[in-house]
Amino acid sequence: MDGETRVPIRQGGDIITARQQGRAVAAQLGFSSTDQTLIATAISEVARNILLYAQRGEIIVRPVQNGKSGITIIAHDEGPGIPDINLALRNGYSTSNSLGLGLPGTKRIMDEFTIVSEVGKGTTITVKKWKQ
Amino acid sequence: MRVPVLKQGNYLIASIQDALTDEDLSQLREELVDRVGKLHTRGVIVDVTVLDVMDSFAVRTVRDLARTIKLRGVETVIVGIQPEVAFSMVRLGLSLEGVDTALDLEDGLALLDQHTQPGARRGR
Repeated sequence: MDGETRVPIRQGGDIITARQQGRAVAAQLGFSSTDQTLIATAISEVARNILLYAQRGEIIVRPVQNGKSGITIIAHDEGPGIPDINLALRNGYSTSNSLGLGLPGTKRIMDEFTIVSEVGKGTTITVKKWKQ
Repeated sequence: MRVPVLKQGNYLIASIQDALTDEDLSQLREELVDRVGKLHTRGVIVDVTVLDVMDSFAVRTVRDLARTIKLRGVETVIVGIQPEVAFSMVRLGLSLEGVDTALDLEDGLALLDQHTQPGARRGR
């Protein structure tokens, strides 16, 4: 399995589609059912982040094979961008009246987490999980 | 996707059938908070057995639902949180603090019975 899966995020139902497809890819890659759940949950959080802050964007799920095998999830939008990334990653911080646990939590449940954001241009969050 | 809510005696049982959008979950919260007042409900069960993901929004909404209903004087028990979901919640740092949970519907009903009829506990 080498193709990537792209899911446009424009409405609430797309969050479900993205996490279900991500789980399916993780299952095919042989992730444990616990890891599949962590991956699906991470997708749910970053996809919601798109809806909350940019209204539209996309989730890309990409299998990784370079010596070790894993999965990469990319959440990309061309929304307003995040002015202060450190603040956005702080537990309990939110500008959308949400719990503010989405991004910090996602960072904890995945192995790698990067955000690239430019105000006025958009945000790309990339998370990875390696197979144990 | 609407969640069927059954009335069983003095209890309301909301049995989630499929993955829910944020809007569906919020709607369930509003509906249950509203219905407990109309039906002389003593307890509410929300069965989340089929949910394979409970992210920060879902956990917050379920917790708010239970706390809001509690403020109206009615107990809520969340039943059926799957093991992987529970593990994921812990890792995410999410909790249902202050909210009763039970393994399954049967245990949830028994717990409600204890809360609402302390003199007449079910034998278990």
